[in-house]
Amino acid sequence: MPTFVYMTRCDGCGECVDICPSDIMHIDTVTRRAYNIEPNMCWECYSCVKACPHNAIDVRGYADFAPLGHSVRVRRDEEKGVIAWRIMFRNGKKDWELLAPITTKPWGTGIPNLKEAAEPDDSMRNSHLLYNEPKYIRLDDGGLHTLESNGLTMKEGVYY
Amino acid sequence: MITTNPFASVAEALSQSTMIMFVIAMVVLVVVGVLLDMRHKKSKEYFDKHTEAMSKLAKTPISSSEKSSLLVKTITNEVLTSSEFSNQKRRLSHLMTMYGFIVFVITSAIMIFTGAGGIWAVLWHLGALSLAIGGYWFWFGIRADVAAEGKKWYKLSFRSDVFILSLLGMSTFALLWSFTGSWLMFALFILATTVLAATTFWSKLGHMFFKPFAAYQKKVSFAEGAREKLPDVPDLSSAEVHEKYPDIPEYMGKNPPNMGPGIRREPARHY
Repeated sequence: MPTFVYMTRCDGCGECVDICPSDIMHIDTVTRRAYNIEPNMCWECYSCVKACPHNAIDVRGYADFAPLGHSVRVRRDEEKGVIAWRIMFRNGKKDWELLAPITTKPWGTGIPNLKEAAEPDDSMRNSHLLYNEPKYIRLDDGGLHTLESNGLTMKEGVYY
Repeated sequence: MITTNPFASVAEALSQSTMIMFVIAMVVLVVVGVLLDMRHKKSKEYFDKHTEAMSKLAKTPISSSEKSSLLVKTITNEVLTSSEFSNQKRRLSHLMTMYGFIVFVITSAIMIFTGAGGIWAVLWHLGALSLAIGGYWFWFGIRADVAAEGKKWYKLSFRSDVFILSLLGMSTFALLWSFTGSWLMFALFILATTVLAATTFWSKLGHMFFKPFAAYQKKVSFAEGAREKLPDVPDLSSAEVHEKYPDIPEYMGKNPPNMGPGIRREPARHY
């Protein structure tokens, strides 16, 4: 379900606008509070929900894990490296709290250093392939890539 | 010049009682505007409902003395220092505008009611200046229309701009009137002040009441354990957490390190 903003909690800081991958979180020019300009285009990625410093954005969860009228709220604590969820049913009797490590790399370590990458030649520029497209997703070069065909092995666990 | 009571210069044409009546009329307009705004937005019903919902979820109800200390904390943090703004530019602009406005209004009333000058007149000028600097900073560089939506600073809309423009008009024309003694500037100052007070219902003046209350309500909700229905982020090194969430010690160790400020590392300025 698309995101929605509690106007009393929003202070119009723009963190959600900054992080939204669909560019659909905007600041209303009249109330100067954030809002979702196009809910149909929301990926429900929860980026804005987690980025909001005032927890002013929420998403209604789907009925397959909680019945109508429930509350699903999340807090992302980067310093502790965890993400916490709380799912509460409408009558307040079911109140789950979940806690998990953020399963990504530490902030700032996964940014590709594109200025050091090789410049594309003309054939690459005119190709239908994306620049720097990973070879593992290409089917026109060596067939289907697997871990085995590329000499890779699956690692267990999460690595920071 | 800035130690002179500017209202004394118009005393010949306007009696003190007329000016006092004007001040009282402005106060009445603001109070009526705020009350109508509250009725229209059903602010009281909203906050009452929220308080009731959170008190039902409260795990450890707090005493009235603890509530008082949270109220004091709300006043010292959210009200007096605008701590809710994570963007420091917006916070500074808001503080300059807020304190400028408060000082300007109070000193205006003192100078009109008592006829005093001196330090009150200096404070009046400084208040107007602070209001103007904070306000113009917001108008030209910070507000969302200009900073995020790519609109020109001169594109106006009544509902969004009447508050800030009447504030700017009031402070700017007050300073110009004080320095030039022009009746035109005085008339524009009175006009801007009247617009500011008369449009309270449509403007954002009411935010000074509901924003602090929302902050106080949030603090109480966290202290009582309802946490606005938000999850708890516990101490990751405690044995209780390790038992309840075995993923934490397995993937992060028994005493996880600080992972850095994350998204707060840089301000939101990429849009």
